Formats: sequence, C-alpha cells, structure tokens
Amino acid sequence: MSILVIADHDNQALKGATRNTIAAASEIGGDVVVLVAGGGCQAAAQAAAAVAGVSKVLLADSPLYKDGLPENLAAFVVGLAGGGQYSHVLASATAFGKSVAPRIAALLDVAQISEIISVESADTFVRPIYAGNAFATVQSKDKVKVITVRATGFDAAAAGGGSGTVESVPAGSDSGLSTLLGRELTNSDRPELTAAKVIVSGGRGMGSAEAFKVLEPLADKLGAAMGASRAAVDAGYVPNDWQVGQTGKIVAPELYFAVGISGAIQHLAGMKDSRVIVAINKDEEAPIFSVADYGIVGDLFQVVPELIKELG
Amino acid sequence: MKVMVPVKRVVDYNVKVRVKSDGTGVETANVKMSMNPFDEIGIEEALRLKEAGAATEVIAVSCGTAACQETLRTALALGADRAILVETDAELQPLAVAKLIRALVEKEQPRLAIVGKQAIDDDCNQTGQMLSALLGWSQATFASKVKVEGDKLVVTREVDGGLETVSISLPAVVTTDLRLNEPRYVTLPNIMKAKKKPLEVLKPDALGVDVTPRLITLKVSDPPTRKAGVKVPDAKTLVEKLKNEAKVIS
Repeated sequence: MSILVIADHDNQALKGATRNTIAAASEIGGDVVVLVAGGGCQAAAQAAAAVAGVSKVLLADSPLYKDGLPENLAAFVVGLAGGGQYSHVLASATAFGKSVAPRIAALLDVAQISEIISVESADTFVRPIYAGNAFATVQSKDKVKVITVRATGFDAAAAGGGSGTVESVPAGSDSGLSTLLGRELTNSDRPELTAAKVIVSGGRGMGSAEAFKVLEPLADKLGAAMGASRAAVDAGYVPNDWQVGQTGKIVAPELYFAVGISGAIQHLAGMKDSRVIVAINKDEEAPIFSVADYGIVGDLFQVVPELIKELG
Repeated sequence: MKVMVPVKRVVDYNVKVRVKSDGTGVETANVKMSMNPFDEIGIEEALRLKEAGAATEVIAVSCGTAACQETLRTALALGADRAILVETDAELQPLAVAKLIRALVEKEQPRLAIVGKQAIDDDCNQTGQMLSALLGWSQATFASKVKVEGDKLVVTREVDGGLETVSISLPAVVTTDLRLNEPRYVTLPNIMKAKKKPLEVLKPDALGVDVTPRLITLKVSDPPTRKAGVKVPDAKTLVEKLKNEAKVIS
C-alpha cells in the first residue's frame, strides 16, 4: 500500500502543515510518497525527502505548478494516482489543500474526506462537523481515499531523519484556465498562526485597530503569533488571515490568550484544542470563560499591561 | 450571462446542535433551519453582478427534501429570478450534489456558478471544487472580491498568508468567503413577490445521477468537553499559575 501526500510549500520550504499530513499518512501505514509540484521547487523537495517517514519524493518542477493553482495540479495528480497506484491521496487542510483535493476526488469519482483529526483504520477516520460540536466517524468504500488532514489532529513528523529518494516526474499538460496575478501576503516577524506555540488573540472588545497595539508587547514577550476573532476581523481591526475559528484558522497552541473575545461557538471551534487557554474579559458571564483554564475578569487595557510587567 | 447559485438548507448558525443519544447524527427535529450563510453571500454576489449588468439571470438551485423549497423561496425573495429543486429524501454527499448541479448546469447553461465555500453543517468545503472539476471549468475558492473582465474573472482570494489575486477563464466556479459582501435583508413585499416566481422540481433520476453515498457514517459523538478552569484575581497570580501550575511559560 502506498500513500501519496501532496506537499503544501512555497517552492523553497514545506509549509508546516505538510509534516502533520505526513504524520497522518504514516499512521495509516504503508509507503509514504510525497509529491512536490512547483516551479523551482528543488529545495522544497529536498526538505520533504528529509522528513521522517517519507520513502520517496516525486518532484514535478514546472512553471505550470509554480503558483499552486488547482486546475493543472489536480489533473496532474489524477494522472499519477488514477491507475490505482495509491490507496490514499492526502493533502493538508490549508487553503491550498482544500482547493485541490476535492477536484482530485471528483476526477477520480470518489468521495473526499475533509479535515480528519484521527485515523481509526485504513478506511475509517474521525472528522469534526458542525464547527466541532460533533465528531463523525466515517468509513470510505472507495478504492482511493482522498483526504484532507487537519494539522492540529496530528503531531508533525520530524523535519529531519528521513532518507527519502527524490525522483523527477514529467509535468502534465496546461489547461490554460487560470493565472496568478499577484499576492499580498502579510509580512510578519512573528511565527505563523497555525504553527505557533503561543497565540495572543483579540476580539471585538479591543474596540479599534489601534488597541491591538496593546497586545503586541505581550506577543513579543511570549514569542507569540497574533490572532483575532471573526468580529474583530469583520470590524476591520486586523487583516482577515488573522481569523481563528470555524471558517478561519484552526489552531491548537500550547498557550492561547483570548483577550476581549466573548467566545462565540464559531471562535471556540478554532481554538478549543489549545492546551492551556487564558481569557481576559470584562464580562464575567462571557462564554469564553467556560473553556478557559485561567480567567481574569477585568478591563483588558489594565490587565494586559500588568501582565506584560509581571512577565518581566 | 446566466449565474447559478446552489443553496443548502442547514441548521441555523445560532443553534447549538445536540448529538442524538443513539449516535446516528445530530438532532434536527424542531430545530430552526436557514440558508447556509456562505450561500446567502453567493446569492448576494450574483444579484450584484446582475445589478451591475454583468449577469442577465440568477438561478437558485438546491438539492434535498421538499423542505428545501422554503430555502429557495428565500433566495427568490432576496432577488433570484427563478429556482430549481432536485428533490430527494436520500442522504446527499458533496460528490452527489456536485453531479446533480453539473446536470443542472448542462441543462441551463450558466457561465458562472457561485457556490458557498462550505456548508456549516458538514463543514466539508468540497462541492464547488468538485463541480468545477466535473465540468472542466476554472475555479477560484474563498473569494473576497469578484470582477468580470470580458471573458475572464479577476478574483481576490483569502489564502493562509493573506490575499491572492487570480485571473480565471469563464465559464467558472467561484466559492464565497465571508467578506465577499454583506447580504441584503429579505423584505415583506419581496417575500410576496417570491411566491409568484417559478420554482421547478426535478428528481435525481430525471437527471440521470446516482446519488448513492460513498461514505458511511459509523457514528456521531460528542467532542471531548473542556472543563471551565478557575478565575484568578490579577495578572500576578496568572503569571504564577502559568509558570508553576500549567508550566507553559518559564
């Protein structure tokens, strides 16, 4: 049995979630083959070959795959996996993986299983539904299982220690359907939200974009990523890629600070698997306190500076 | 250009769902149902394209039980021109829905389908991409801005690190993200008008689509619950607890 993992990468390096997906593949069992399709992506392929548990890397280096657009890539993967060479095709539940995996499944005429958080057996998986308010255990009868993997469900495979071989494969054809015009990526010295050990998030209670600056020294002190609730994003306080929740990012850091966040179920869905949750809110009835390990009822504009001082 | 917008009837986003005691699913009897919020955004975007002169007709479609007519009436009240329901009591999974909608696309010949990025019940996030693949169309998921430029669409997408702008050829499937637009409200006169708008009902057989589920749900269970912790009086105590009790900072 061989499992094909479609790497999410930026041509230079693997995105963090790819190693969690490789870990899920190892748990299913069998040879783990990673497809690195990109343009000038040799470095990412080498990184994939070094990940623990990877037996082989397929390197498809072509301008067609440079920007990770789904139409050409899905057709290419179907060419690789359409003959029954792989029992499973896995992608990370990232914006990239979620765009391409359902296309692959539809072209293979199989179901796609979204955002699994655990592997029960080679054909049975657990996935959250209703914003994580219920867990469904689903079994696939399809010959190929196409799956996206939620990173928080699996500990990342080690970045080193693997000894996979790298094999170049020829690119497929060009559908000519889409082109990338540009990207506006948020530049930040902070860790990536989905990979951070500590996250400091603010909500509507922050009151303004300027108020988020109050959280910055706290995040600096803790080496934390910064996040936000949907309410704060909708209010325009912070960019949308900060959003943690059902329809934003799903995170599970060691330590999560929810500051001025009331705790709507959509937000809890994105962070309630964090190991330790701290809530700071002036409303002592706020639902966030029902999931927080430690809560402080008070004005965040007083509590946060005190906290920074106490952290020394 | 005709625009097709699939809409799904789901448990309202304000309802806290309860898992059934026999583990077969969640309780949906006597629960408020609504149009999936992302689909409402899809309807709104199609209406804006029509108002801007880029679209000629907005067709709302749904797949599911007879009760989905209510969801389609909402779409008509929002401003869709007509509606089609593929009626079935069978469990429908995303691949089956994508195949049903493909059949409707082949029948109606829209050049654009605007699909909600995910339904808030099964949280699958698949149908739009599957529809696009089955049709051999281009796709732009997680759209926060859509502009028609000749025979192409320029779509700004919400991706993990920020925003990405792509140019895709029509015909195309676009899936909606939260910030694409703010849907309008339904007004009473429009609800009355919607009652007179055409709503066609078809069966999956008539479209030649096999909707048999591919995945078997073995059980549905409650997620592990998190217990509420303690309230601490001040920042000093919090730091002390984080260091010595939780040991998450040093």
